[in-house]
Amino acid sequence: MHFAPTDVSLTRRTALRLGGAAWLTSLATHLARKAEAAEEARSHPPAQSLIMLWMAGGPSQLETFDPHPGRRIAADTRAIETPVRGVQLAEGLEQVAERLDSIALLRSLVSKEGDHERGTYLVKTGYRPDPTAVHPAIGAICCHELPAAGTDIPRHVSILPGEWPARGGYLGDEYDAFKAGDPGDKIADVSARVSHPRYEQRLADLNVLEEGFARGRRAATEATLHRAKVREARRMMTSQQLAAFDVEAESAELRAAYGETPFGRGCLAARRLVEVGVRCIEVTLSGWDSHANNHEIHARQKQVLDPALATLIADLKQRGLWDTTLVVCGGEFGRTPSVNRLGGRDHWPHGFSMALAGGAVRGGTVVGATDPEGGRDVENPIEIADVHATLLSALGIDPAKELISPAGRPLKLADGQPIAAVLR
Amino acid sequence: MWAKNLLFLTVCTVALGALVASVRPAIDSRPRPAVAVPGDSVRAAAARVDAALARRWQALDVQPAEAADDLLVARRMSLALHGTIPSLEDIRHFENLPAERRVDTWLAELLADRRYADYVAERLARAYVGVENGPFLLFRRRRFVAWLADQLAENQPYDRIVEHLIADSGLWTDTPAVNFVTVTINPGDENKPDANRLAARVARAFLGVRLDCAECHDHPFADWQQSDFEGLAAFFGGTQQGLRGIRDVPGEFEVENRQTGEVSAVPPGVPFGADWLPGEGTRRQQLAGWVTHPANRPFAREAVNRAWAMLFGRPLVEPIDDIPTEGERPEVLEILADDFVEHGYDWRRLLEVIASTRAFRLDSAVAGDADLDDAARALHEDNWAAFPVTRLRPEQVIGAVLQSASLATIDYDSNIVVRAARAIGQNEFVERYGDRGADEFDDRGGTIPQSLLMMNGQIVFDKTKDDLLANAATQIAVLAPDDETAIETALLCVLSRRPTPREADYFAERLAGTTGNKRKDRLGDLYWSLLNTTEFSWNH
Repeated sequence: MHFAPTDVSLTRRTALRLGGAAWLTSLATHLARKAEAAEEARSHPPAQSLIMLWMAGGPSQLETFDPHPGRRIAADTRAIETPVRGVQLAEGLEQVAERLDSIALLRSLVSKEGDHERGTYLVKTGYRPDPTAVHPAIGAICCHELPAAGTDIPRHVSILPGEWPARGGYLGDEYDAFKAGDPGDKIADVSARVSHPRYEQRLADLNVLEEGFARGRRAATEATLHRAKVREARRMMTSQQLAAFDVEAESAELRAAYGETPFGRGCLAARRLVEVGVRCIEVTLSGWDSHANNHEIHARQKQVLDPALATLIADLKQRGLWDTTLVVCGGEFGRTPSVNRLGGRDHWPHGFSMALAGGAVRGGTVVGATDPEGGRDVENPIEIADVHATLLSALGIDPAKELISPAGRPLKLADGQPIAAVLR
Repeated sequence: MWAKNLLFLTVCTVALGALVASVRPAIDSRPRPAVAVPGDSVRAAAARVDAALARRWQALDVQPAEAADDLLVARRMSLALHGTIPSLEDIRHFENLPAERRVDTWLAELLADRRYADYVAERLARAYVGVENGPFLLFRRRRFVAWLADQLAENQPYDRIVEHLIADSGLWTDTPAVNFVTVTINPGDENKPDANRLAARVARAFLGVRLDCAECHDHPFADWQQSDFEGLAAFFGGTQQGLRGIRDVPGEFEVENRQTGEVSAVPPGVPFGADWLPGEGTRRQQLAGWVTHPANRPFAREAVNRAWAMLFGRPLVEPIDDIPTEGERPEVLEILADDFVEHGYDWRRLLEVIASTRAFRLDSAVAGDADLDDAARALHEDNWAAFPVTRLRPEQVIGAVLQSASLATIDYDSNIVVRAARAIGQNEFVERYGDRGADEFDDRGGTIPQSLLMMNGQIVFDKTKDDLLANAATQIAVLAPDDETAIETALLCVLSRRPTPREADYFAERLAGTTGNKRKDRLGDLYWSLLNTTEFSWNH
């Protein structure tokens, strides 16, 4: 609590030296924990990348991964068989169903956040909104814990960012996801607006102005990182790796398989970004918030999701990226078992689903179950923090590692336990 | 064809008028309000702060920076109070004022302008209700900010404003202060305001104490207990949302023990100064009376720390809402808190006093900076011996980009088209630049997307391209009588200063002999380089 001025400046200087977020000191206990974690290490090597398919608006578990065919709460939604015995998906996910032996389903997620913004915060960061600290999204944690050399483009990317894309939180804005639109369009702000020689001249002119300003402010201007970021931006503009966003380079056949939709192209771009070393790619499919006409809305959404998710899995396998890439598919909450007068389902955080795949994830497993009658009690309830702990450990990151928040409070990377059943 | 020619002529006349007016220092084209410059009492308070800092510099053997150029001080004031930079027109007006009191006059003019109330209200609102959209239908952020701006424009005492926030009852639409309460309503939870979130907010925003940690356990560093937190929350225990809006009903505030699950009733209670609690009123009115009691120093300190941070870009005590209630605190904080209470929580006066201190008017550059070691530099920074270099907020950056492209001041008198373009451009830019939300004084470096946005983004492109009607760069290229004037005008518009001899020579060479489109391009290039400097995007 007592922040003597010198303490504050020390932290600021340290930040300067190490480039941004270095005031986050891991506790000494971390080393001990790491040793423990290594002992009980799973047989599967850690994944290198994470693809988060974000279903913004809150998809209905009943119309996706957790159907209850024939029950009142199904409201006539039918189910289809999968290669995993006794496990069904809702109709409309036929292609995904065929690959269910590669996917683990979590069917008993529970949360207390029924608001879109707060729910999104919880599911993306693993923590409930809390005024004492802005928590980093899991992609930001990956980038912070697994630095990668040789990547000129941002290692945390959000394709089709919705209203609340993944943020760096207390790790710093440099860990925010880089926002990119439909990969069918040009990436915004990475192309020079004037000819190459004129651009270079502008940068040379800029240097003259910068040198003048730095006089008498050498340390202060270095601490801003402004000039460093201009250089990095320039490197990114001219990087070959930017081509990873260009899905036109893929065959027409493959593009068609993903689906000629912004989301389909986003999933394809995600695979290409993984290949050039990007750590975490979030691809958003908005439009699940079906307070009215739930079934029609979900049918339409599934036409986009089904080919994209199924093809992503097949493509990652075909490219040899399956063992090193994690895929997650889910949204901020589920939807009510009862259907309202407008044929809609409302927000329901008391039992919803998420799909995990790739890396160390054990395909074909199902954890938890919701009440077929639509009650709030679920079998084997899973907290969002447990999902985060699971993903982090599959990435070779110790979820119990603590970072010190700016308010001086030690915070675990994920405040939950890995779900052993879904990991190999 | 004739229409085109006529249009061109009109454009030239308009732009020429503006440029001529701005180039000739004798003309000030717009009416300025008659303002009273800060008086002796403000100067005396600022002098007490100066004396305290001077003693500290002497004791620590720190050599403070030189005084900053007047124009640079004017720029800092505009950024802090209006969220933008002075226009060329403003600069001409400023330089036309008597030198010995032009900075004070400028400060008074900024505070008398409605843009001050609107901008500062938005920043204060972040501390009061955050930046979330809040519960749909039950929370009206814009109404809240507009109400707050009205209070600031009338210079209502700060303690009165806070009393409204904590204790007002009624509908969020016609009693906008209650949005402070309604923002915490969790839809689905019987539409009841969240007493815990309210207690945490009151502690942080009005007492400078992060009591939130004590929601779950005792504060790790301070003398705050979990029971203190529950006692504060209990003041909101009977607050409900009904048909007629927010109101208070009798009833016990119940708390569930996290370990045992036992539920027990908790009476309202304050962590210190129980004598200050008024004997009557609703629970919320009692809490408001206690928070704003003249003896409650944490309340005054929090306001001072926030006002200082708005002007300097960095609070006196970091983090901004965690000020020690016991032990050592900066002397300057105490001097200003005393002055704030003595003068009836006069928020505008507080800003005037801080902006009148020597520290606020020091240069950010330090002679021999390269020879200072880390420890020496830290002494400088920590003791306000040089003005801190801090990152501008996104809306300050976009405000400055748009203003720099216009020779005339963009304000409420501006053409409606200009204002609409500004509002739209602003939202998109802020979105892409990245808003830091409620944590507005975190010390952070720039990011790659920010650089890309400034280097290649649509707005900077639009504002630097060949456009005689809309862009100062083109207007300067066409209308400035010579290279020297062109360069000086561009620097004044973007950086609020004149070029150094080195810059003047360098850019004169770049402009020499150019005419027509080539000259317009060169001015566009110069604007691009100026907008992409550290100097432009960082307060200094």
